[in-house]
Amino acid sequence: MNNNRRLRWQLVKRRPLSQAKVLLLYLLAIFTALLLGALLLLAIGHNPLIVYKQILTGSLATPTAFKETIKITIPLLLCGIAVAISFKLKFWNIGAEGQILFGATAAMIAPIYLPNLPSTLKLILMAVLAIVAGGLYALIPAFFKVRWGTNETLFTLMLNYIALQLLRFLQYQETWQDIGTKFPKIRPLGDSEVLPRLFGVQIGWVIALVLAVFFYIYLKRSKHGFEIAIVGDSINTAKYSGMNVKTIIMRTIFISGAVSGLVGYLNVAGTDYALTESTAGGVGFMAITVAWLAALNPLGMIPVAFGLSILQKGSLSIQSTLGIPASAANLLSGLILFSVLGSEFFRNYQLRLRRNTETGSSGKGDFKAETEHLPYQKEARDGLN
Amino acid sequence: MAKPRLRMEEISKRFADVQALSAVDLDLYDSEILALLGENGSGKSSLMNVLSGLYSPDSGKIFIDEKEVEIQKPADAYALKIAMIHQHFKLVETLTAAENIILSDPENGLLNRREVEKRIADMAKFYGFDIDPKAKVYKMSISERQRLEIIKALYRGAEILVLDEPTAVLTPQESQRLFAILRKMREQGKSIIIITHKLDEVLSLSDRVLILRKGERVGCLETAKTNPRELGEALVGRRLDLEIKRPEIANKSDCLFVNKLTCLDELGREVLKKISFDVQKGEILGIAGIAKSGQKELCEAISGLHPVAGGSILLRQVRDGIEVDENLVGLSPREIIDRGISLAFVPEDRLGMGLAPSLDLIDNVSLKTYENKRGFLVDREEPKKIAAGLVEELDIATPSLETPIKSLSGGNVQKVLVGREIHSAPELLIVAYPVRGLDINSSLTIYKMLNQQKEKQVAIIFIGEDLDVLMSLSDRLMILANGQNMGIVDPRIYSKEAIGLMMTGKTLAEVDQLIADDAPELIEAKASFKHTGENIYAGGQDEQ
Repeated sequence: MNNNRRLRWQLVKRRPLSQAKVLLLYLLAIFTALLLGALLLLAIGHNPLIVYKQILTGSLATPTAFKETIKITIPLLLCGIAVAISFKLKFWNIGAEGQILFGATAAMIAPIYLPNLPSTLKLILMAVLAIVAGGLYALIPAFFKVRWGTNETLFTLMLNYIALQLLRFLQYQETWQDIGTKFPKIRPLGDSEVLPRLFGVQIGWVIALVLAVFFYIYLKRSKHGFEIAIVGDSINTAKYSGMNVKTIIMRTIFISGAVSGLVGYLNVAGTDYALTESTAGGVGFMAITVAWLAALNPLGMIPVAFGLSILQKGSLSIQSTLGIPASAANLLSGLILFSVLGSEFFRNYQLRLRRNTETGSSGKGDFKAETEHLPYQKEARDGLN
Repeated sequence: MAKPRLRMEEISKRFADVQALSAVDLDLYDSEILALLGENGSGKSSLMNVLSGLYSPDSGKIFIDEKEVEIQKPADAYALKIAMIHQHFKLVETLTAAENIILSDPENGLLNRREVEKRIADMAKFYGFDIDPKAKVYKMSISERQRLEIIKALYRGAEILVLDEPTAVLTPQESQRLFAILRKMREQGKSIIIITHKLDEVLSLSDRVLILRKGERVGCLETAKTNPRELGEALVGRRLDLEIKRPEIANKSDCLFVNKLTCLDELGREVLKKISFDVQKGEILGIAGIAKSGQKELCEAISGLHPVAGGSILLRQVRDGIEVDENLVGLSPREIIDRGISLAFVPEDRLGMGLAPSLDLIDNVSLKTYENKRGFLVDREEPKKIAAGLVEELDIATPSLETPIKSLSGGNVQKVLVGREIHSAPELLIVAYPVRGLDINSSLTIYKMLNQQKEKQVAIIFIGEDLDVLMSLSDRLMILANGQNMGIVDPRIYSKEAIGLMMTGKTLAEVDQLIADDAPELIEAKASFKHTGENIYAGGQDEQ
């Protein structure tokens, strides 16, 4: 009998994986990304092991390097939380960049217009201004969305540019411009206008950790968090339950923007000591990566933000010591994001190898022989990415 | 007997944890109508999806005219002259009937459009119905669209037609018309498979009936030699008490008065036109009507979810010992809750409106009550107890209380929803299509729960689609057609046919006139009632 057996891959839905297996899947995904990155490094003529080692030592080995890494982590973590709050609501806020800038700009009002305020009061006022401004800036697209159903993705994206242009405009204004220069540059902060340090790093890291815990509870256990979960899941169900959906959306997006505004404040008063065009520096977009890699869980964002900061800091280090462009590290974080998000697919599906029986004959006696059941294949389960 | 035109041998298909089909055989002959009978989840649709190339089986073989074939994609099925007519029609609404047919046939250019139109009209005429080939699909009624799907299949030369629950969306009269077409097709030598879970359809239409249960073939019976009892038992695997009870409640009292209620849709069209009716505590008011006759808007208007353009909705309340009629018009769901009005609503779209699908049982139980407790955090303890109670009481199959609702089966999802609403001890309970997609056992549980509530002096509005169920459960039955109230009848007196006429737009007065003018079959009174008792339902009508 002429049997023409073909092997075919088949996608099969799988039962939900345990937490431990999901973690394993993610680790495998990261490993895959590192492997792909290694191939890339090999291709441009570097030993991947040396490069990876340099990334680690360059970002963690010395106290200075470690502090620098933490400095990168703070805004990433906080901004990740900010966008996650929006994303929980299925409000696709990609305007964190603009909210950071707008908040940072508002924070500058205090030192520029009230330079004689006592230091502590000034710092507090700056924080309040940044938080409120960031929130209000995010509220604009939220208002338009609930009122006229506009698309928040485009809206928030465009507001990024507006915030940047506003900053550029202010750079040329006499009150804002740095004294004694014709350059478009906003006056930097004085010694009394910057945040104190704790263990050598700006105090923002404490704020970030506290807020990570707070927002974990807020999203998971609070009434507001409950409402966010319901509205994000089904607006009709929220209405049916008697929730005021519009209020919930506006309130939540205000909070999301407020946290971004706070990031702007910390960047200005804690890290850069000045408001510049690079104050946001892509954090608002990188934060989206942080939020998704941590599955929108604020506590999960702590290691994720730290990990991505290591890559960022390490990339500068490989550039200076090995002469590899820093963008190689960006490529690597892109690969990690790609692999981890791609591995989501394998949480829900598995590949199964299936033998397909096909014969030319149709003799009756053959049926039994050919319809053999293949055992439920297991090997495709966890390993494949 | 002649050789089978189609033969499916030992077809197996598995989805993750579920063995959807285990080694199922099927034979189909020329000039035959085969009914495929089974509860929800019995594998009917899976088997037909294998045949039409949507699923590829894990094992098994398919033969056409004794020759083994491989069907890997829908195009393969078409090439073998197999056509499936799905519940959700696959038509482009902005195109005309003829254009849809041209579109489905890659061989056909737009050039011979006129010829196509003529052929369509001729074919339709041959099978005994009208179709306007130039009519746009979005202007067609559901039954017209269905006939267009049939023509589309025939046009492409289909010899084997599979219809997935074709009568779910039709009135009794429309169903009869469809059956006439199918019989005509059988005369022409076509082979037809009709998926259904309505026994009366099986008996009146089919030549043979293949019964599936839990993915296995129970047996194949000749329709002429079987009876409802036997089929019903084969279907569910044991003798069932199929009688739906209608307990009589002695002391009813007033509850809801709806007066000249008018509602508009987003485009400003009237979807409810001056509807008036009342519901009493201790009764079930059934609402019958073909899909989209205003049922959804009616429920949502009463629950504060749909704006009201005119009329009043008065709910009798006792405030400080005095009876007052509170007008619900203009109140939001939150305001209704805040006023202490205990109104429960089981919406048609369970996972889209009644429940939050990604959240767990506990959260879903606390949907309407999470605000009650003071403080910043949500209380999980109280709802947890309630959820555990519901799971216990209603026998809800769930791995845990923390399992997302969407991973439960349809029946269990519905039990959670109905259970939660009943737990709120309502005075008025509105349920829309509560058994849609449920199997027979789950359906019976839901009916029992409704009757228990009725006995507890709850006023119940029951919106259903299975007329037989509506007629056996309701104390009174209101018929909606095109957003209008066609009349409220006693289902013990009027027959299914009379109600069917009202569903298509005849008023009660017109029906009474017909009866007076010598159409006594419209009141079958006792006979009809008895017939209903005999009827067996395999669950809801609309598998999602």
